[in-house]
Amino acid sequence: MATLDDARPGAAPWLLSGPALLLFTGLLLVPLILTLVLSFRVFSDTAGITSAFTLSNYWEVVSDPYYGTIFLRTAGLATGVTLLSIVLGVPETIILARMKKPWQSLCLLIVLGPLLISVVVRTLGWQILLGNNGVLNNVLQALHITEEPIRLVFTMTGMIIALTHVLVPFMVMSVWANMQKLDPQVEWAGRSLGGSPLKVFRRVVLPQIMPGVLSGSIIVFALSASAFATPALIGGRRLKVVATAAYDEFLGTLNWPLGASIAVLLLIANVAIVMGCSRLAERRFKHIFD
Amino acid sequence: MAFLTLQGISKRYSDFTAIEHVDLSVERGEFLSLLGPSGCGKTTTLQMVAGFVTPTSGRILLDGRDITNERPEKRGIGVVFQSYALFPHMTVAGNVGFGLEMRKVKRREREERIEEALALVRLKGLGHRYPKELSGGQRQRVAIARAIAMQPELLLLDEPMSNLDAKLREEMHIELRAIQKRLGITTILVTHDQVEAMTMSDRIAVMHGGKIAQLSTPYDAYERPATPFASTFLGRTNAFAGEVLQRNPRCAVVNVAGTELHVPHEGRHVDGAVNVYIRPEKVHLANGDARIRGRIATRVFIGNQWLLEVETALGKLRIAQPNHGAPPPQEGDEVGLDWTDDDLRVLTQDGKETLHGHA
Repeated sequence: MATLDDARPGAAPWLLSGPALLLFTGLLLVPLILTLVLSFRVFSDTAGITSAFTLSNYWEVVSDPYYGTIFLRTAGLATGVTLLSIVLGVPETIILARMKKPWQSLCLLIVLGPLLISVVVRTLGWQILLGNNGVLNNVLQALHITEEPIRLVFTMTGMIIALTHVLVPFMVMSVWANMQKLDPQVEWAGRSLGGSPLKVFRRVVLPQIMPGVLSGSIIVFALSASAFATPALIGGRRLKVVATAAYDEFLGTLNWPLGASIAVLLLIANVAIVMGCSRLAERRFKHIFD
Repeated sequence: MAFLTLQGISKRYSDFTAIEHVDLSVERGEFLSLLGPSGCGKTTTLQMVAGFVTPTSGRILLDGRDITNERPEKRGIGVVFQSYALFPHMTVAGNVGFGLEMRKVKRREREERIEEALALVRLKGLGHRYPKELSGGQRQRVAIARAIAMQPELLLLDEPMSNLDAKLREEMHIELRAIQKRLGITTILVTHDQVEAMTMSDRIAVMHGGKIAQLSTPYDAYERPATPFASTFLGRTNAFAGEVLQRNPRCAVVNVAGTELHVPHEGRHVDGAVNVYIRPEKVHLANGDARIRGRIATRVFIGNQWLLEVETALGKLRIAQPNHGAPPPQEGDEVGLDWTDDDLRVLTQDGKETLHGHA
């Protein structure tokens, strides 16, 4: 065994991280590279996939407004879900943080609840709730608030609602971790300097949890931009997002290279946006927070 | 009427009492320290004055106005926190100006007063920095500047030096005291560091178990402790259990382990089982006649002083000898010890004579 002061660590680190490394390479890296390679292949209805090299798949995705709409819709969905997660998640976390002990853990569990339920069950639950003959519309009609059922299933609104439901916990966890680091004396300092609770919250507490909100937003954005199950079940065939479009190319038209290029473009867009945001955040908060 | 008055203040939580019926008056311009070990209630007392904690009973009067239930932002009291509690997302100038901004001071005047406050704590020109970019000592100065920039009538300091290293702490003691005197600002300091309390305060309130054990000037607190707790908490002392044999007009004759000691009672009633105290620096090695003889058990050199422990008929006696140059006798040597009767103190063992006999 290697000891702590042994200059050469030997094989131990490699042996210990070996299983995870193998898993990572075998299940993530290799498929990703294969997908990348696949996206440059030629596809024809008659011959299937041939080993020739082409950029036409990418050109098709970039030039066809059909795919442009899908990418824009995905961006809109991700942005909407992120904003809604901030609006709901941040106040939720602040209230949670101020709760007394036994209630706090209980409510935290409830907030994290959506993550414990299978995506299919959860989404079908939303179908029952939001459908044209669903619980929500029946109640609204019974109360004569609306005459016609409000269309929620197979709409953007429905998708945003269902995705926010499952992604809000990530925002809550991120902001929660941030709030745990705050010094309660700082709030007192703001009060003693003449700030009302509301002012102190806006000027002192809120700016300090911004890093948490930002990292939460990055997680929520990335997850909703690449979400598949919820858009597939709530959005349906008509309202395609990038992930469902790629799926359809693979399993519907069997044009794997085109599906692969869509997937690669989604990955690139996602990484670019996430990296850009975290760079921006880093530069903004570098001299403020540790 | 005193500037700040605490009348019968108590703070009880469901399972313990933090403060028990504390009465305290602070004069305008005074520097008062609440001194005690952790858990003695000193911080709770400060937090009640600041308004972060509401007393269970009692009243707090600031300049004649009842502030017991007033919200902290309405009190206009400056507070320096142990963690400094600076706003990490604001610059130094933003931190110092926050109180002025909350009071809607005009931008021009605000900038002037920020400059003034920063100059006072010798941080001129650092207004654009963020707290993270400052050293611990500088952060502490920002915290002080922030509290005094809004020119409060009362300044509360909650263990402000405990995160500084020893040397810096000594400098800050003197500097902070100078600032306080210059501004004439009434100040309450909470500390567990007796040197800090001694150097800075006009008066010290020694707290113990949620009560004030002694309230007096630093000199009296050290020289005439009123309770057994105060006498052992402030500085080092030798304590011997004894019994009063006789009460003469000026002094009491106390029997300690067979030796008769003559202790001034200063007009107080002492009777029965008592403790006799003498400070280590008040006992010296005798050249000729000695009151008592003993053998040196340990000898420690700490630079400016020698610390000796001498086995005597009274028990173990600690002595502090100034370093005159020549080293004192070795461990194991027989020595004679001497002191002046006036340096002995006596307190009854139950410590009932709280707050009695201070000047």
